[in-house]
Amino acid sequence: MRLLLGSLFTLLVAAIVGLGATYLALTRGIAFNSLTIRSWTAWPKTGTTDADPYARASIARTGRLPLALGDGVAFIARRDDIGRALDGRCDVTVSGVTPAARFWTLTLYKPDGELAPNLLNRHSFTSQEIVRRADGSFEITIAPRPNPGNWLPSGGIEHYILALRFYDTSVGVATKEGREIPMPALRVRSCP
Amino acid sequence: MIRWLLLLLGGVLLGGIVHLATIFFLPRTATQDAYSRLTPIAPVNRVVALPAPAAEKAVMPFMDPAFAEAVCRYDLASGPLKLTVPVSNAYTSVSFYTHNDIAYYAINDRAAGRRAIELDLMTAEQRSELPENEDVTAADLLIVESPTLTGLVTIRALAPEPALMPIAQNIVAGATCAKFNLPSKSD
Repeated sequence: MRLLLGSLFTLLVAAIVGLGATYLALTRGIAFNSLTIRSWTAWPKTGTTDADPYARASIARTGRLPLALGDGVAFIARRDDIGRALDGRCDVTVSGVTPAARFWTLTLYKPDGELAPNLLNRHSFTSQEIVRRADGSFEITIAPRPNPGNWLPSGGIEHYILALRFYDTSVGVATKEGREIPMPALRVRSCP
Repeated sequence: MIRWLLLLLGGVLLGGIVHLATIFFLPRTATQDAYSRLTPIAPVNRVVALPAPAAEKAVMPFMDPAFAEAVCRYDLASGPLKLTVPVSNAYTSVSFYTHNDIAYYAINDRAAGRRAIELDLMTAEQRSELPENEDVTAADLLIVESPTLTGLVTIRALAPEPALMPIAQNIVAGATCAKFNLPSKSD
């Protein structure tokens, strides 16, 4: 009886720990070899055959095709520069300059990777269509209501994530954190 | 007391094994991965344009809406494939994925450096059967070796502005992926 109880206990602990860790790893998006600059994180190795098992599991579970490293690099932001989750009811600005690339795109997604509905049907900006300041820097405003300049509608959803993708760029596996790579700042301007 | 602590420790260790095993086996059992999602809409060895991602309605999550995208779901069992993609003034790229949606190669218009991207896709075995004839190897052909028999090729053209989307869609519509016969060794 004690043996049976003991084994059951061990197996129960194993199931909870094992499956719990898998669930957490996949929902929190744990992957190794990440590259974080300001509030932006990229996983350049996920777009290569060196992708680690966690990245492979996450690719299979979400159903996305990762951006191949020879194509470009995708940076994801879930929080602003001081760590607050991005909220579609607030006015958020993305401003500054970007690393060298032939093109870049900034896209707003729901946390599950779908595009968020909005009246304008605008979900992204490319580097070619934004209005820039005289020094080449830019500011994009993500807000539920129209704003002058580069306005990306948030659709007023509670949480969203931003993907900043660089195409034909030297940013990649060899890029080190903390080295001088300019990434735009993410700031909350106002919140109702 | 010690007995229960030991059992707990054993359970945690066993849990670690369960965790690693599920992480490793998940890609093999996934039914909603990109390859499975594309299987119903993409016939084998043909280029099919993907519908543009719209709000809450996209073939796959995290598609870039600034791109026109087409896919060729390939099967090299019956021989190598030839891929041709016209290029635009903006950015055009071709990415190769294994059956498990892992990217193994990508090339863009500038790296291809011509008016069209032309590639031969084959397995390592099929490549080793190529005759070592200079006419073939020197035909400045780009050969891509697929690590798996089946997989995906995505053809993507950027529309730098929404108004240029029809041009990008034209580019990917002009892409082809078709079987071709290798020159045999006896030739």
